[in-house]
Amino acid sequence: MHRFAALFRNLLEPVDMSIKHWKRALFILSLGLVLGIVPAHGQHHGDITHDSVPAPAEAIAHAGHEADHGHQDQGFNAGEMITEHILDAHEWHIADIGKLHLTVPLPVILWDRDEGQLVSFCSGKFHHGHESYRGYMLAHEGPNKGKIVKVLPGTMEQDMDAALPLDFSFTKNVLGIFVSIIILLVVFISAARRYARHPGAPKGLQSVLEPLILFIRDDIVIPSIGEKRYMRYMPFLLTLFFFIFLNNLLGLVPIFPGGANVTGNIAVTMVLALFTFVITSFSGNKAYWMHIVNAPGVPWWLKIPVPLMPIVELIGVFTKPFVLMVRLFANITAGHIIMLGFISLIFIFGEMHAALGYGVSVISIAFSIFMYLLELLVAFIQAYVFTLLSALYFGMATEEHAHEH
Amino acid sequence: MELVSPGIGLIFWMSLAFGLVLFVLGKYAWKPILKALKEREQSIDDALHAADKAREEMQQLKFDNEKLLAEAKEERDVILREARKLREKLLEDSRLKANEEANRILDAARESIENEKMAALTELKNQLASLSIEIAEKILKQRLADDPRQQALVETLMKDVRFN
Repeated sequence: MHRFAALFRNLLEPVDMSIKHWKRALFILSLGLVLGIVPAHGQHHGDITHDSVPAPAEAIAHAGHEADHGHQDQGFNAGEMITEHILDAHEWHIADIGKLHLTVPLPVILWDRDEGQLVSFCSGKFHHGHESYRGYMLAHEGPNKGKIVKVLPGTMEQDMDAALPLDFSFTKNVLGIFVSIIILLVVFISAARRYARHPGAPKGLQSVLEPLILFIRDDIVIPSIGEKRYMRYMPFLLTLFFFIFLNNLLGLVPIFPGGANVTGNIAVTMVLALFTFVITSFSGNKAYWMHIVNAPGVPWWLKIPVPLMPIVELIGVFTKPFVLMVRLFANITAGHIIMLGFISLIFIFGEMHAALGYGVSVISIAFSIFMYLLELLVAFIQAYVFTLLSALYFGMATEEHAHEH
Repeated sequence: MELVSPGIGLIFWMSLAFGLVLFVLGKYAWKPILKALKEREQSIDDALHAADKAREEMQQLKFDNEKLLAEAKEERDVILREARKLREKLLEDSRLKANEEANRILDAARESIENEKMAALTELKNQLASLSIEIAEKILKQRLADDPRQQALVETLMKDVRFN
């Protein structure tokens, strides 16, 4: 953990400095991650050759997985591969090159409900899920597949009587979130400094961001909320838009530290939707709540004696953020699945015959490229839609109804 | 199932991270950026307004200038006209005066000429008279140079007296 603490201290520091330092921050990030791999794999197998080789380049590489990775011998499993890419993980699997597994182990943080204590260790201790550590392991099957469960001592069996530990691990998606946040902070704070120092015409980074900021302000927020109150919601909506947009784009980057399916994770979209929900509820004025309780323009028998409309309206309050959550999650996940599916086709056919694989690859790649372009569009559209709908909900909550009904 | 069941860990980290970035960006990025954008728009707006105003003022100034110029021209014309009138009047006056003077001089000249003429005539008459008297005297002297002639004259005169 201390390694990561130091890492993030190093990373967060440059945020306060000028833009010159962000390159250094990225360098520290990559260096830290590469070095971070070292000890994890040193402990990996107890293989003397690897433990005795201290050179990082050698240590990153670790061999001898055939026995562990039994499933790899069973051939290519598209479903498993896609699921692995879509889901969150306790380690960041970068690539397999022959017998070399490039993985960034991440810290596991658990709240053990039985013992009432916080447990944290490196996910490398699980050895890609093949070993247990301190009584915990990664479940391979069953209803808790992919989760960290308690094991019966001395076995690799789940202890069904023990409560599931609450998993607060710093997972792949968490790292993805932090990477995107660092990018956001560096980019926008440096842009803000430029704005403060040079109030003239925009230049460089500013001229890229400014049209987007103005687009959000003039075409999304002001028309939805109105000139009078829009400034209160600008920070949230701007952050929301750029967070989603950046993570959508980073999700399309296949190389580390991109590729984490952040906005295609339901927990992430849920938090975003919850923010919108909470802000909407707290900014709701009297008219907004009255509209829910006593919707105007509706026949009275829909409200009394059975409060049908209020129930419908109340459900609507919750379905709005729910739909926000699902829409973003489903769009991004579906895009990833389709693209990975196209790529998988190459390997599926390649296993039948090498020539077939090459043949299919032409079509697959063509389709993937098409999908990639489409996903770039979707990345923007989904960020736009989420922001627009959030703005509309805020607008509805703060709208001052003229008593025309 | 894992795909659609949000994990508590990620919810926690995401809330923390998003809350953090919202706070930091809100304070250090959006505020100055939005402020700067607003200020710039305001300054552009102001500049446009100022330009409009300046144009209007220019127009007004030009209009005023034209008016002033027209007025000045008018005034000049009036002054010129008056001057011309005055000049003409002056000329006229002086001509009249000159004429009068000339006439007066002429009259005076004429009068004096007349006077001179009269004086000359009188002189001439006087001289002629004295000359005539002299001549007459001389003739008389000659005629009455001797006694018979005197006698004769006396007789003649006497005759005339008698007739009277």
